[in-house]
Amino acid sequence: MSSTPVGTPASHSATRAMHAWLMLLPALLLLVAFTHYPAVSSLIDSFFSTPKGSRPAVWVGLENYQTMVDDPVFWKAVRNNLWFAGATIPLSIGLALVMALWVNERIAGRAFLRMAYFTPTVLPMIAVANIWLFFYTPQYGLLEQITGALGLPSHNWLGSPSTALGAVTLVVIWKEAGFFMIFYLAALQMLNPSLREAAAIEGASRGYFFRRVQWPLLMPTTLFVLINAFINAFRMVDHLFVLTSGGPDNASTLLLYYLYEVGFRFWDTAYASAITVVLVVVLLGSTLFQFFVLDKRVHYK
Amino acid sequence: MSATPVRQLAFNEPTWLDTLAAWALALLWILPLVYAVWTAFHPAEYSTRFSIAAPLTLDNFRRAWAAAPFAQYFLNTTLLVAMILAVQLVLGTLAAYAFARYEFRGRNIAFALVMLQLMVTPDILLVENYKTMATLGLVDTLVAIGLPYFASAFAIFLLRQTFMGIPKELDDAARVEGAGAMQLLWRVYVPLARPVYTAFALVSVSFHWNNFLWPLIITNSVNARPLTVGLQVFSSLDQGVDWSIITAATLMTSAPLLIAFLLFQRQFVQSFMRAGIK
Repeated sequence: MSSTPVGTPASHSATRAMHAWLMLLPALLLLVAFTHYPAVSSLIDSFFSTPKGSRPAVWVGLENYQTMVDDPVFWKAVRNNLWFAGATIPLSIGLALVMALWVNERIAGRAFLRMAYFTPTVLPMIAVANIWLFFYTPQYGLLEQITGALGLPSHNWLGSPSTALGAVTLVVIWKEAGFFMIFYLAALQMLNPSLREAAAIEGASRGYFFRRVQWPLLMPTTLFVLINAFINAFRMVDHLFVLTSGGPDNASTLLLYYLYEVGFRFWDTAYASAITVVLVVVLLGSTLFQFFVLDKRVHYK
Repeated sequence: MSATPVRQLAFNEPTWLDTLAAWALALLWILPLVYAVWTAFHPAEYSTRFSIAAPLTLDNFRRAWAAAPFAQYFLNTTLLVAMILAVQLVLGTLAAYAFARYEFRGRNIAFALVMLQLMVTPDILLVENYKTMATLGLVDTLVAIGLPYFASAFAIFLLRQTFMGIPKELDDAARVEGAGAMQLLWRVYVPLARPVYTAFALVSVSFHWNNFLWPLIITNSVNARPLTVGLQVFSSLDQGVDWSIITAATLMTSAPLLIAFLLFQRQFVQSFMRAGIK
């Protein structure tokens, strides 16, 4: 109330508050209906059984979570997803940074390089996965032709449990790196040019300039990209539908893909809700961690 | 004195090793696309044989177009993307304006609730959202594909940041002239935020043009299926895999975005940057 200017009736601020809520209402209603409500009802449904035919859902307590603990495919998906995140996050961010550092300089064919790096980002994942499928195909595929020409033995990249996950991971790194490059490029272009001049006059090496000037100043961007890469690691599964269907023998399945299978192939919606809860907890927990722990260590200008 | 500019230039200049590595990586990066273009524009027997003498053809595109209802899929995706963007912009503008320019109790909590959607995206809430659509009788409609994305936390966040940067003096000036809140929003705020609208539009359109999992689940007929789902249904039919046709279909579905990107590269890149900086 203290912020209300003298002479303004108290009812004025009440009217303004009502206006504000009216403007928020449509967006908030939709958000509640399709984000908050489903997140909460996943939790509730995960304590009930899956309704089947005339049998309604009944309270089963932690039974779905017990199923989860005993489900080797679930743990396989968790392990795969951790491996997938562990590979895609550092590799795509590292590549993005290198790309941005190159394209930021006066390098020959700069426009072409930027276009080449960024193009995978605008293509639908489901479409590029088709191209990669052909790339990986045994005997005919481009990869086989290259390895064959080098005299290496034929290998079924997507069909072998040992390489399937690596092969699908590569596709995501390829797709993501150019996207993250853009954010680094934007940040690099906003750095004060006099920093560079000062470093040149001081005779600093490029490596030193990067380590001591660019990298620290890019920290906020790195955090932003890191959060994005992390969320993507748990929601990018489109390519699995084309490349491996999670196989062979679940060797390349990821949590969201397994959630899709449980919910919409096996129609075990209660168990699927329990898996949803795990995903929500992972995403929320990690973001809170990043905001409250990592953010404090990041140096802002 | 004259030594400094030279050293400075040398400091900026990438070495030949950088140039070589950058080009190698770039060629590797567009290799899959080049490969797809080769396969799609040549007869099937040349799909893995590379020869200058290979004849060019549009036959693969003709056959792909005839083999599945791609015209309907294109229409569906176009309508879907336009509908989502329009609703996102209207709802996002109103909400952002309220957050940026109004003081009211519960504002911070409401804003935190909105921001939650940035982490817990609708993409992972498939099971419950499917139940909701079934209850509403909306399964297999374009509206059902769009509904979970209509309220965009990203749009609200982006526009709020922009609106907060607009000088309040403009408000007072317009108020003196008797403009109401809605007129103020429409005549002052929206025009000043135009670059941000463009940025968000590009990001939203490319996201929803490419979105797959939720549309796959919520649609089950040609009438509502977007391009991505149509392409997947088409290429997984397994009627004796003809790669040339699948690749042609693949390029066809990506073509509008790809061409738009190549034509408006600068705007695309700047838009994504603008969207990321905020």
